[in-house]
Amino acid sequence: MPTVNRPGARLAWIGQAFLLGLALLVLVILGRALAANPILFLQQVLNGLQLGFVYALIALGYTMVYGIVKLINFAHGDVFMVGAFVSYFAVARFRLSEWPAAAFPGMPGWLVLLLGSLTVILLSMTICAILAVTIERVAYKPLRDAPRIAALITAIGVSFFLEYFGALGFVFSPRFIPYERMFNVTTWTVGAGGIHRLVSGQAVPDNAITISNIFVIILLASILMQTLLQFLVRRTKIGKAMRASSFDKPTARLMGINVDGVISFTFAVGAAFAGLAGVLFAIAYPSITSQMGILPGLKAFIAAVLGGIGSIPGALVGALIMGQAEALTAGYISTPMRDAVAFTILIVVFLVRPRGIFGEPEGEKA
Amino acid sequence: MNFVYLATSALKIVALLAYLYALLWVLGRKQLWAKIVGVVAAFGVVQLAMTPIGGLRIFNDFDSGLLYQACTMSMVAMGLNLIYGFNGQFSLGQWGFYGVGAYAAADITYRWVDGDARGLLVAGIGVALGGLMILGVNRFVNRFKGMPVLSQFTLYLLGAILAGWVAVVIGNALNPLLAPLLEEGGPLAGYIPQQIVFFLAVVIAGVFTAELSFLFGLPVLTLGSDYFGIATLGFAIIVYTLMNNSDTILPFPEMKGGRGMIGIPQYTTWFWAFLFLLVVIVVMRNLIYSSTGRAIMAVREDETAAKAMGINVAQNKLLAFVIGSLFAGLGGAIYAHYIGFLSPGAFTFLLGFNPMIIVVFGGLGSMTGTLTASFGWIFFLEGLLRVILSQLGTDAPTWRFVLYPIALLLLMLLKPAGLLGNVEWGFFKKPVFVRVRGAGGVAPAPAGAAGEGGQP
Repeated sequence: MPTVNRPGARLAWIGQAFLLGLALLVLVILGRALAANPILFLQQVLNGLQLGFVYALIALGYTMVYGIVKLINFAHGDVFMVGAFVSYFAVARFRLSEWPAAAFPGMPGWLVLLLGSLTVILLSMTICAILAVTIERVAYKPLRDAPRIAALITAIGVSFFLEYFGALGFVFSPRFIPYERMFNVTTWTVGAGGIHRLVSGQAVPDNAITISNIFVIILLASILMQTLLQFLVRRTKIGKAMRASSFDKPTARLMGINVDGVISFTFAVGAAFAGLAGVLFAIAYPSITSQMGILPGLKAFIAAVLGGIGSIPGALVGALIMGQAEALTAGYISTPMRDAVAFTILIVVFLVRPRGIFGEPEGEKA
Repeated sequence: MNFVYLATSALKIVALLAYLYALLWVLGRKQLWAKIVGVVAAFGVVQLAMTPIGGLRIFNDFDSGLLYQACTMSMVAMGLNLIYGFNGQFSLGQWGFYGVGAYAAADITYRWVDGDARGLLVAGIGVALGGLMILGVNRFVNRFKGMPVLSQFTLYLLGAILAGWVAVVIGNALNPLLAPLLEEGGPLAGYIPQQIVFFLAVVIAGVFTAELSFLFGLPVLTLGSDYFGIATLGFAIIVYTLMNNSDTILPFPEMKGGRGMIGIPQYTTWFWAFLFLLVVIVVMRNLIYSSTGRAIMAVREDETAAKAMGINVAQNKLLAFVIGSLFAGLGGAIYAHYIGFLSPGAFTFLLGFNPMIIVVFGGLGSMTGTLTASFGWIFFLEGLLRVILSQLGTDAPTWRFVLYPIALLLLMLLKPAGLLGNVEWGFFKKPVFVRVRGAGGVAPAPAGAAGEGGQP
């Protein structure tokens, strides 16, 4: 860029100084928090990690769908909600998580738990996938050649529909519903004195952090799914078709790829991940409502943008950052401010690096 | 189900829409006296319908409440139509600006009635200084062509903080002078000063919203369409969060955070609602058919081509955004003084999709459509449907929100241009220029427009 007739370019330092100031402010707050109570800080980081891994699962759906059809799928957060509700009904109403015990009476308890939980999770994922493919076929597909904003408004409409249809009395009811977990929560304290199991009613020692089995399950499930997805996208034929379609749809079609099928498949995979995230989220924060998907959905979208939309590792990294931001804001600034902070991060990222951390520089304009 | 009620409601809605169209028609007359007479008559008819004559009122409290809501919703939706319909910037933050306007105006009058002039003083001085600051910084920025947006934003932000701080200092210093005049029986405590303060509060709230939108829009408008939408949605959520904590994080104990601000004087009358709606209509129409309006629409059609034609794309986007937010702020201020109670729940971003749906329903880039859709929306969905559904059972109000999105989806699939497309009527029609003044003056209207102009 010629700097001859652009004297203002030399004043870029003003904006940079502003950003530096912002970063310093964040660092000072965090540093003071760490110095004040390192154990508490570590506990907050762990809480953030738990949240971040759930967001990562949701963010994958956003990033994959955006990568392939360039649509912010607002309804994704509500698919996540449906996932939580499906598992709720399966566990609390139909006792689906106990079927192995009924079918094979002699089965050991842990196997019953494992098989039952897996069934519930798979059911949630399947129903979410079917729902998402239906939404895609009914609402988005007819608008594929329309202006992108038309599809975006449709997505908002679908999202509204799911939220309020769910709030009807005979569907999910508008109330907060206590979620019944498939297993009991076990908490361990990890500190200088080694790892101890926390008996219920016992106070948490000051110099130890607590880790629950929920945290471990979320961590394992999220990492497992991320790995599976990487494998799916990088190593399989359908993954190659997805990448080709996201790169150039007309050419992909010429190469004999069923682009519509690939798009539906992408929606299904993303929704299945959201369904799993819904189950995990409900297990971790056991109070569900038909509008629970809105904010996690938006935050996961922010995470996807932060990591670079269209990039799968980016979704994980972005989600982990978002989880930390939320947990640390809730812990050290003020709990209700965490949504505001999340969106402030989004706006700052948009301004400083719109393509995100891992995003490829985009030549064409939106 | 009461069929008499149903029939009268339907009749009222039809009459109201006919009234709107008549108003637009009479505003579109060429003669000034016709416009004035028409406006006065239009004001008087509704005023008459609201006054009880012999114990009978055509518009009861519920209806007139709906009317005020329809007026505010029209202002908000008109602003959004300017931003999205005419300028092509997909904004989901309109509701946030609406809330800012509502809270700002409410705070001024609430404090005034309470005997505290600081609200008016600080906000008034702050808005004035903020305007001066924007002009000053703008001159500085223009001297350095090509300054990065972030640097510009930093300068404006510093200026805004400075202006706000000075305003607080001056306001606090001047308050003791005014306080005795505001006491019970004082010269500034009467009806007339209160009405003047209300007018000032609405204007200040609008300008404050506009300045805020300038500050926010400057960096954010450089983003692409989707990203801009999400960033503005973020703005709405940030505003909502701040409202929810206005007594803890923000220093406004009288706003009472999530519990809601109660006891706002209910100053909104049909006169004020009509006046501000009329201002919005006239400003909007004259803006759209000016050269600036053409530039704004050119940006929507093709940014690159517009730039090639010598249009300052960034400036025009910002202008449309600021004026659109100004309308939202005015609407919010009127709403706050109608309802008398503000709670953050009225400004969640979920409700913020309503103006968007209205604009899409009415037709992007159709002012007539937006106006019709706003009035139809409020009277049909908020009024009639709410009453009918609430008679059906407890669950029924939720059905409204199930039906909206279905209607929206059907509209998007069947008629994406909206109900009215970009058809305009009466006052909103493209004016026909008959005379061409001098060389290089106003270009003659295209043949098509002259044919359907309908004006001699």
